[in-house]
Amino acid sequence: MAHLAPLIMIFPLLGFLLVLVNGRSLSDRATGAIATSVVGLSFLASVACFVLLLHDKSREVSINLFDWISVDTLHVPAALLIDPLSITMCLFVTGISTLIHLYSTAYMAGEKDFRKFFLYLNLFVFSMLTLVLANNLVLTFVGWEGVGACSYWLVSFYFDRDAAASAGKKAFVYNRVGDIGLLLAMFLLFQHTHTLTYLSIFSATSSLSPTVATLVVLALLLGATGKSAQIPLFNWLPDAMEGPTPVSALIHAATMVTAGVFLLVRMSPVLALSSSGRMTIAVIGGVTAFVAATIATSQKDIKKVLAFSTVSQIGYMVLAVGVGAYGAAIFLMVSHAFFKALLFLGSGSVIHSLGGEQDMRKMGALAKWLPLTFPTFLIGWLTISGVPPFAGFWSKGDVLTNVFAHNKILWALGVVTAILTAYYMSRLFVLTFRGTERFREVTHQHDPHESPLVMTAPLVILAVLSVLGGLLDLPWAHGFSLTHFLSPTFGYVAPSAAQSTGLQTGLALVDVVAALIGLFAAFTIWRDRVESDTFEKPFFEHVWRWDDAYDATLGRPLTALAHVTSDVVETRVIDGAVEGLGGSVRRSGEGIRKLQAGLVRQYALAMVLGVTVIVVYLVGRVR
Amino acid sequence: MHSSLYVSVLIALPMLGALVAMLLRKTPGASYAVAMATGVVEFALTLVVAVLYKTNIPGAAGAAGFDFATRHVLSAPLGLAYDVSLDGLSLLMVVLTGLVLVLALWGARDQRREPAFVAWLLVLTGLTMGSFVSHDVLEFFVFFELTLVPCYFIISGWGGKERNRAALKFFLYTFTASAPLLVGILYLGFAVQHQHPTQGLSFAYGTLMGASISHATAVWLFVAFAVAFGAKSPIWPLHTWSPLTYAEAPTAGSIVLSALLAKLGSYGLLRFAVGLLPLAMTSVRPYVMTLAVIGIFYGSILAAVSSELKRFVAYSSLAQMGFITLGVVSGSTIGVTGAVLLMFNHGVITMAFFLMIGFLEKRRMSTQIADFAGLQRPMPVLAALFTVTMLASIGLPGLSGFVSEYLILIGTFTTHAWWSVTAALGVLASAVYLLWAYQRVFHGRAEGANAALEDASSRERWVLVPLIVLIVVLGVFPKPVLDRISPSVHTLVTMVATASVTK
Amino acid sequence: MTTIPASWFLVLAAVLFGVGAFGVLTRRSALIMFMCIELMLNAVNLTFVTFARTMSDIGGQTTVFFIMVVAAAEVTVGLGIVVAVFRRRSSTSVDELTELQG
Repeated sequence: MAHLAPLIMIFPLLGFLLVLVNGRSLSDRATGAIATSVVGLSFLASVACFVLLLHDKSREVSINLFDWISVDTLHVPAALLIDPLSITMCLFVTGISTLIHLYSTAYMAGEKDFRKFFLYLNLFVFSMLTLVLANNLVLTFVGWEGVGACSYWLVSFYFDRDAAASAGKKAFVYNRVGDIGLLLAMFLLFQHTHTLTYLSIFSATSSLSPTVATLVVLALLLGATGKSAQIPLFNWLPDAMEGPTPVSALIHAATMVTAGVFLLVRMSPVLALSSSGRMTIAVIGGVTAFVAATIATSQKDIKKVLAFSTVSQIGYMVLAVGVGAYGAAIFLMVSHAFFKALLFLGSGSVIHSLGGEQDMRKMGALAKWLPLTFPTFLIGWLTISGVPPFAGFWSKGDVLTNVFAHNKILWALGVVTAILTAYYMSRLFVLTFRGTERFREVTHQHDPHESPLVMTAPLVILAVLSVLGGLLDLPWAHGFSLTHFLSPTFGYVAPSAAQSTGLQTGLALVDVVAALIGLFAAFTIWRDRVESDTFEKPFFEHVWRWDDAYDATLGRPLTALAHVTSDVVETRVIDGAVEGLGGSVRRSGEGIRKLQAGLVRQYALAMVLGVTVIVVYLVGRVR
Repeated sequence: MHSSLYVSVLIALPMLGALVAMLLRKTPGASYAVAMATGVVEFALTLVVAVLYKTNIPGAAGAAGFDFATRHVLSAPLGLAYDVSLDGLSLLMVVLTGLVLVLALWGARDQRREPAFVAWLLVLTGLTMGSFVSHDVLEFFVFFELTLVPCYFIISGWGGKERNRAALKFFLYTFTASAPLLVGILYLGFAVQHQHPTQGLSFAYGTLMGASISHATAVWLFVAFAVAFGAKSPIWPLHTWSPLTYAEAPTAGSIVLSALLAKLGSYGLLRFAVGLLPLAMTSVRPYVMTLAVIGIFYGSILAAVSSELKRFVAYSSLAQMGFITLGVVSGSTIGVTGAVLLMFNHGVITMAFFLMIGFLEKRRMSTQIADFAGLQRPMPVLAALFTVTMLASIGLPGLSGFVSEYLILIGTFTTHAWWSVTAALGVLASAVYLLWAYQRVFHGRAEGANAALEDASSRERWVLVPLIVLIVVLGVFPKPVLDRISPSVHTLVTMVATASVTK
Repeated sequence: MTTIPASWFLVLAAVLFGVGAFGVLTRRSALIMFMCIELMLNAVNLTFVTFARTMSDIGGQTTVFFIMVVAAAEVTVGLGIVVAVFRRRSSTSVDELTELQG
């Protein structure tokens, strides 16, 4: 294991270096092949490690690579922690990454920066794996920021466009705000437990007072909201849709945005110490899920709908974490990765077929033109809406069941959000695949063509996973479920009173009804409509005016402050003082100069007066 | 203990090289070749010294941990001495000096044909080297002040449009600010002599450490020292000379100024202000930290609205020096180690920035940000190198800047949490202004003259590659460097802590 | 014959000194200024001699010799400068000689 686990990370890094060093001498085909295969190898290594871990009794393997930072009492090794949580993350990250790499070889074919795309993508996978496999907070932070940097590069991939460049910058800056939270959490933990390694922190939780623990949890939450796009730092994600669609699928649906949830789950023993912290987490998750769902109902761009959908689904995950249902959160994370990647790649296929059009008002009736994309997208749509027996029903249901046991209000919010989810996804489905053909203008009267096999094969695989994903954690399979596998890594969780099967079935029924309500509502409203003032509120469309609020409270005042500082404080006050000093020296010099008029008689007078003064003084002293 | 000859050669060699270069001034090619050779040998020697350095040399207070030491008294009644040594704090600075010399000579193409210029550069290097290795405080002051002279001539001789004003402002500002330093040094020297009349006048570091002064005196002396070193670093609000000077200096001049001479200020603050006046530390720490944090934000804000690239880097340096200052006075081994490491890392990063700006300036004869747009398309290699440098400055983990910044922040947090928290926000500010500048220069559409620009030539790449490699290597594997710095830092910090408690 | 009281000499010397000082301060012509300076110097000589007589100290008279020599040297150099200036400007007014102003 000690030799196999590092390989998981090294393969993508190797891919990155190979493509970097060989530069232009590699053809696009070769580049794509190398990039995809290294991630594939990484997946195989993950599988092998998973199998080895199953046979390991302790289910916790630490692998020390080298001593990274060691100063005084601070010891940060570059070391890996292989445990159920990290290996689960590795499996789905590498698996989905491989599929998306494969998809991208066709989607990005012909782009002039093809090579650079795969460079960034490989580096991203490497960073994400570092994040997940690290055995201490600092190394996690390396991966954390690494994925942020790769996200910056990939979102601003089409850098000729100002919108893309600004979106990349916005993503990085919002992430950074969250990163400050993570930094503070690290500092607090180090100050009280004198270590930053996960296992050591977990065994030292007794040295954390409730106040400190709450502060740490809130700081971690800030970090998570930045990376996972939750309130109040979520409005970078829709802008990030400027990046190519595979990027949106990989980074902004399946992997990077889940990093925040992963961090919170990883730190669950610390979360166990602070109930107010957990409550805050749950509220943030629930509210975000709801708000994002309302925004998604009024978006006109297919990718933006999916983006807000991601924010909403992650809200569910955060909500689950907040009530202590860590297993449910990870289950939803994994299944969400499947169906969200499917939906994004499917939408990529749609966009590709229409020559780049992303506005749903210009789509419609694509079902018959895209024979593979359509059914796979249909499965994805049903899954996310929570229709049984697909994965979404089981995973979202798991979350909601756990939330019900802890907080009825948040549960109700979750159910309303589920209705909205079904509604906006069905709206998307109807506008894109059913209804009338509205795309003839953008395709210049040509027929849309289905995507090549390299693009549709991943769709099929993901669709199968979405169908079967529920098997990972069926409510009645206690020994053989994901939650059971993961539970050793979770901190103490107050056991929810075992819910009667009757209650569970009842809740499940509520979920199904919610899904059906949303579905039928959407079909009824959007069957004949393309736009609607009643159902597409500008408030929702403009993200509850969130960007405007930040602009008014932070953006413009800070810019004004900057200009005042630069024009007034710097030039007039501080430098003014310095130059003023020089000026006053000069002016006093000029003043004193006047004493030297060149007139001899004046000098003589001065001498006489001076002598007189001295003489009078001396004579006075004699007396 | 290794022979102090290594260090003496490090000081003397560039001076000798300058002399020979001037003797050969009729043939600029030969003159430059001599200068370059001197630079390479000098740099190689600094590396040798760095490898040979032993961390655990025993000694009395002020002498523990110093390798390559020697002391020759030049004039007993005047207290003048030639006293050199090297410890963990100065080791990196010495290597940085060598590196800066080589790269400044190589990278500054336009002026390198002029023997006077390379001679001044060599003299400046020798004097800077002397400052870093001085173990006698008065000797340090002499070298410290003398560095102003070659700087003045480099700026006024080969600078931009307002070079004379810039050179004069720089010289007068830093010169005036150093006056309190001299007063302080003399005061300490005479105080010691007064307390130990038999020992005679001496300004050796260890001797001055033993001066017993009252708390109030220590504070006043600290303020005096801090004014001098603060003008050099710069520390807000003594920074207004730097934007003008960096903007008007020639590329090699800006490199030396920001990568090297600025560190003289921080080094002096750490070694002499903190090291000699531990009594004052508990009282002055909050104030200095506040100034440092203000500097971080002030520099970031002004960099964000800067319209010219060199001023942009000047303000960015102000922000980074804020971090360094924060670490220097933090009173924690982790924090101070981070500060020393950041001195080196920032030197490397800022060198790379100025070199790249020099490349751009050569092509478009302008450093106004508004003149550039969309450069990533015609110049992908330069854009990539700029990105790596920029991310290092932002503190992206995996690159050198992160290790130093992180150590400073976490070290300061353990002693003064609120300042560390505020400074952590500065991490956000640096991302904002750097990415904003990058977007204005490299993103967007390249049109007209911008579209026709040539990417970095192989010569230009070869100047930048060692810096980039250093940035990456020190980010991933800082252990050898940290192992050399932290023992000396630990000695200093413990000494400060015990001194401020017992008295 | 009654001796003249020493105070009269001192008063005379003071008056001469005052007249000379006044003349230096108020006259424009360089030659007149020199004559006034001579007057002041000689007033001082008188003072020294008087005190030498009253205190019976020969030092006063030797000082007078020094002063006379210095006066002579200074007048030589000074008049030389005045003549050189006069050749250029045809005027001895000191008010016009202001090139050495600040």
